[in-house]
Amino acid sequence: MNDDAPHGGTTPLIDAHAHFYHEHAGRSDWARVNAARFRAGDAIGVTYHVASVLGSYGHTSPTYFPSPHDVTRGNDAMVAIASEESRRVRWYVTVNPNHTAHALAEIDRGVARGAIGVKLLASRRADDPLLDPICEKAAAAGLPVLHHIWQHRTREWPSQEISDGRDLVRLASRHPDVSFVLAHLGGGGDWAHTLPAVRDTPNVFPDLSGSGVDRGMLDAALDALGAQRLLWACDLTMETGLAKLRALEVIGLSVDDMADVRWRNAVRMFPSGAFPECALVIV
Amino acid sequence: MCAGDRLMIDVAAYIGPYPFRHLPHPDPDVLVRVLEREGLSGAWVGYLPSPWQRDPAPGNAALFAALAPFPTLRAAPVVRPDWPQWEHTLDQLVAKGAAAIRAYPMHWGMGPHDPSMHALATACAERSIPLVLTVRFEDLRQRASLDVAGDLSAAHIRTLARAHPSVKLVVVGAGREMLEETHWGLTPDEQRRVHWDFAWIWGPPEDHFAHLLRTVGGERFVYGTHWPLRLTQNSRANLDLLPADLRGVGITDASALALDPVRVSPT
Repeated sequence: MNDDAPHGGTTPLIDAHAHFYHEHAGRSDWARVNAARFRAGDAIGVTYHVASVLGSYGHTSPTYFPSPHDVTRGNDAMVAIASEESRRVRWYVTVNPNHTAHALAEIDRGVARGAIGVKLLASRRADDPLLDPICEKAAAAGLPVLHHIWQHRTREWPSQEISDGRDLVRLASRHPDVSFVLAHLGGGGDWAHTLPAVRDTPNVFPDLSGSGVDRGMLDAALDALGAQRLLWACDLTMETGLAKLRALEVIGLSVDDMADVRWRNAVRMFPSGAFPECALVIV
Repeated sequence: MCAGDRLMIDVAAYIGPYPFRHLPHPDPDVLVRVLEREGLSGAWVGYLPSPWQRDPAPGNAALFAALAPFPTLRAAPVVRPDWPQWEHTLDQLVAKGAAAIRAYPMHWGMGPHDPSMHALATACAERSIPLVLTVRFEDLRQRASLDVAGDLSAAHIRTLARAHPSVKLVVVGAGREMLEETHWGLTPDEQRRVHWDFAWIWGPPEDHFAHLLRTVGGERFVYGTHWPLRLTQNSRANLDLLPADLRGVGITDASALALDPVRVSPT
């Protein structure tokens, strides 16, 4: 590999769980952080960042309980970034299911402007009936749903109405035509609980993001679910994403399995034509 | 992995089982292969069950025995400073070739100003041997209900850094907040007594590691992997994803801090 080659290899790579910030996100360094995501993405070899904006990130309403106003403003910011970086950014439209009419309208508005998925935070437990109309809307539009997850919730945690793999399975079972991305397997809690919880629900796809880099997690996920159920992603820590890519190489995945985790599962899940650079590879 | 042209050593490796989840083959022969794969020249190795065992002596014995066939693995045994004859134990461990001493004040219920920890830091300083402090083994969010020790506090580290002018602390598993709270709460002379690994420090896009390299300085950092608990690839990834102006930044090779094994007289 030459010095300029991406650290994560040269075949397509889709980060299925990314975030960007904006001027109303309550931090003065928002543009620096966005630029750092692109810098690191280029260094790793990320072909597409599939990202969302989480309202105001707590600045004017809570990150996991964003107000309708902040949801809309965040999605507007996300559209602007996706438009400016149309070659490498795709996006989820974020909604708060406690405001049903607003959430449904926001999905319509997002689809019209190019959203390829729906992002649900921790505003309501995953198995709550309030999520049903949102999932029906996602199904009609052919969009996957990325749901924030705590791996094995054993109690309530502050600032979020947290869900775990079992909760998401109940929702996914009610909506078998929707693909659900189970957020950040390495993002806190006990991933070992999540794997058996979702194993028999084929429309749940854990992403590998999160700051957690427990040895054994990737092996266990592959054993329990297989490469076709896992999505590579970074979320807030891109060094852990690169580390996991390298660990997958050490595990010795086949070329096909590696391609599934890196990008093919995402291509199959998201709307057709969402990733033209990958389509070139398929051809 | 290099500081200048030299290979680095890993200051945060362990062997042995972990009480709260299964770890794949946490054995020294595997560690040797992992270090070679990662381009590391060796490791200070602790015995993973020790923090949860009251008497560290059997764990230390098991550690030395397990590492004996592997010259690149140097023992970092435990000294518990509220245990009878601990100073004698420390001398024995130094004589046996310990690279560093590990202590777990949170697991022993010792607060930041515990006099016995102060005495241990002083004793290690007088023997020129580094004292390794572990902030955490696992993320707080996944910790088992029986794992109640809690993270090491910055107050512990500040207090021990002030214990003796020659103390050499190596703190593993800290994040940016803890590191900054400690570092900027010490005088420049005290700051130089503390080294940190960066296995738990966030890279991009937040770029905490890059920020700390610019503010605290690369010389304060040593290399740690936290094998077999964590992916060894993470620390290397953190270095590889630094902004262009920090590529190739120099960090400290911790082998320069350890007692030279050839200078140790056997007993």
